Amino acid sequence: MQEHTVLRIIAKLLIAPIIIFALYVQFHGDYSPGGGFQAGVILASALILHALVFGVQATRRAVPPAVLRVTASLGVLIYAGTGVICMLRGGAFLDYDYLAHNPVHGQHYGLLLVEFGVGMTVASVVTAIFYVFAGRGRQPGEHED
Amino acid sequence: MIVQLFHQMPVLVVILPLMAAPLCVIAHRALPAWLIHTAVSWVVFGISFLLFVETRVAGRVVYALGGWAPPFGIELVIDRFSAIVLLLVTGMSALTSLYARASIAAELPRERAYLVYAAMLLCLCGLVGMTVTGDAFNLFVFLEVSSLASYSLIAMGPSRRALLSSFQYLIMGTVGGTFLLIGIGFLYVMTGTLNMADIAQRLQGVAHTHTVEAGLAFIVVGLSLKAALFPLHAWLPNAYTYAPSSVSVFIAATSTKVAVYALIRFVFTVFGADLAFDSLPLGDVLIVLSVAAMLSGSLAAIFQTDVKRLLAWSSVAQMGYIVLGFALATGAGLTAALTHMVNHGLIKGALFMAVGAMFWRMQACSINDIAGLGKRMPWTCAAFVVGGLSLIGFPGTAGFISKWVLLQALMVDHHWLLAAAILVSSLLAVIYIGRVVESLYFREPAEGRKVARGEAPALMLVATWTLVALNIAVGLFGAAEVDATRQAAMSLLGVGQ
Repeated sequence: MQEHTVLRIIAKLLIAPIIIFALYVQFHGDYSPGGGFQAGVILASALILHALVFGVQATRRAVPPAVLRVTASLGVLIYAGTGVICMLRGGAFLDYDYLAHNPVHGQHYGLLLVEFGVGMTVASVVTAIFYVFAGRGRQPGEHED
Repeated sequence: MIVQLFHQMPVLVVILPLMAAPLCVIAHRALPAWLIHTAVSWVVFGISFLLFVETRVAGRVVYALGGWAPPFGIELVIDRFSAIVLLLVTGMSALTSLYARASIAAELPRERAYLVYAAMLLCLCGLVGMTVTGDAFNLFVFLEVSSLASYSLIAMGPSRRALLSSFQYLIMGTVGGTFLLIGIGFLYVMTGTLNMADIAQRLQGVAHTHTVEAGLAFIVVGLSLKAALFPLHAWLPNAYTYAPSSVSVFIAATSTKVAVYALIRFVFTVFGADLAFDSLPLGDVLIVLSVAAMLSGSLAAIFQTDVKRLLAWSSVAQMGYIVLGFALATGAGLTAALTHMVNHGLIKGALFMAVGAMFWRMQACSINDIAGLGKRMPWTCAAFVVGGLSLIGFPGTAGFISKWVLLQALMVDHHWLLAAAILVSSLLAVIYIGRVVESLYFREPAEGRKVARGEAPALMLVATWTLVALNIAVGLFGAAEVDATRQAAMSLLGVGQ
C-alpha cells in the first residue's frame, strides 16, 4: 500500500473523525439514536480501515490482540458490575435508581455505564474477529487465542 | 446485607457465571480459570439448593429485574418445577468442574484450556437463565447464550471432526432458535406482551386463531430440535462424540433436558394444556415420535463401535422416555418426565464421566480400544457398570425409579402398547450396555496395543463415583425424589389450568 498515496492520506484523515463519531454515538446514545453496540461497530470499523490501508501487522502493533481479550472481558464485567453495584446499594440487579441520590441521575449514570461496557466489548470482539480472519494461514504461534 | 443477598438469589444464579466467564478469559491460564469455574459452579449450586428449599416452602420465588414490575420488565420466576431443573443443571456443573481439570489438560492444548472454562460458564449461565426466566423473549436470548457457548465448546474437541460436528450443530441449533423466535413473535403479535404469565392470560380470547396455533407449532419444533427429539436428533451423536469429554458430560446431562423443560413450560404455562392437547393433536404426535426415538435410538446404539457415540444414541432413546411422559399430559406423566430428566442426567453424567476417564487413559474409546480395561481401571469400569445398570433400569438404581414411575403413568391410562415399547427399548439397552461391559471385562487387549495401567486421577474418580452414589441413593430412596417431582408436576398443572 506504500504507493497509494491518496488512499493513505485519506485514511489518515478519516480514522480520527470516525473514532470521534464512535464516541459521539456512544455517549450521546441516551438522547439520540445510537448506543453501545453501534458505537462499538463504528470504532472497530476505524481499526479495520487502518488495517486495510496500513496492513494488519501495523494495526496489531497499535491494538494488540492480548489487549482486545482483556477489554472484551472488561466490557462484560462493567455491564454486570453496574448491575451488582445497584444490588449492593439496595436495589434489584440493574435497578439504576439506586446508583445516585436522585433516581433520574441514577438512571442516567446507569445507562451510560452499561452502554460503555457494551461498546467496549463490541468494538473489541469485532476487531478480534477481523484479526482472526485476516490472520488465517499464518503459523499458529502468531495467533493470540 | 445477608438478607438482602437472600432476596437476590434468583438473579445471582444467572449473573455469577456471567461475570466469572470474562474473569476466566482475563486470567488466561488454565489453573486460575479452573479455580474460578469450580468455585463459581459450587456457589451457584449452593444458591440453587437454597432456592429449591425456598420453593418447597413458598411455592414460588419471583424477582423483577431492574426494579421494573412485570409484565413490563423482565421477571424471573422459580417454581417447584424449575427449581428441580435448576438443581440438576447447577449440580452437574459443580461435579463436572471437579472432573474437568485432568480431562481437559489431557485433551486440549494448555493455552486453550481457559477458553473451555469460560465457555462452560457461559453455557451454564444460558441454561440457568432459561430455567429461571419468566419472560418468553428472555428465554430465547438465554437459549442462544447457551447454544453459542456449546457450539464453541464442541468445536474445541480433540479431533478435527469436532469442527464439522460443531458446524452441523450450529446449523441445526440456529434453525431451532429461529423457529422458537418466530413462534414467540406470533405470540407477541397476538398478545402484545412477552411475560409468560401475561401471555397466558391474554391468550384466553384468541387461543384458537391460526396465528397462535402456528406459534405453538413453531415453538414445539424449535425446542424439539434443541432437545434432539426424533427425527430432529441428527446433530446429537456427532456433537457428543467429538466434544471434549468433560463437555460431553455437562451437555449430555443438562442441555437437552433444559430444552424439554422450556417446551413443557411453554405448553403448560403459556399455551395451556387444553389448547395443545385437546384442540391440537400435540399429544399424539409426541407419543409417536417418542416411541420412534426410543426404538430407533436404542437400535442405532447397538451398532456403534465408539462408546461415546453409543451413549449419544442412547441419549436419543432416553429423550423418548422423557417426552413420552410429557406427551401423556397427565400429572403422573409429567412426574415421570421430570423424574427421568433428573435421573437421566445422573445416569448419562456418570456414564460419560466413566468413558471420559477411559479416554483419558487410552486416548481412544472404541469398543476394541477399551478391551480388558476392567482389570486395569477397576473403579472406572465398575462405575460404568453401575451407570449401565441404572440406564437399563435395574432395581435399586435411579433408572428403575424413572421407568417404574413412567410405567405407572402409562398403566393408569391403559397404554399397554407404549408400556411394551418401553420394555423392548430397555431390552435393547441391555444389549448395547452388555457389549461394552463384555469388552471391558471378558476380552483381552488387542495384540500389539500398548497396555496402559493405572486408574484415572482422583478428582475424576470422585466426581464419577459421586454420580454413581447418587444413582444408587435415588434408586434406594426414590420416594423422596418422586414426591418432590410429583409436587412440581402438580404445581405446573395448577398454573396451566
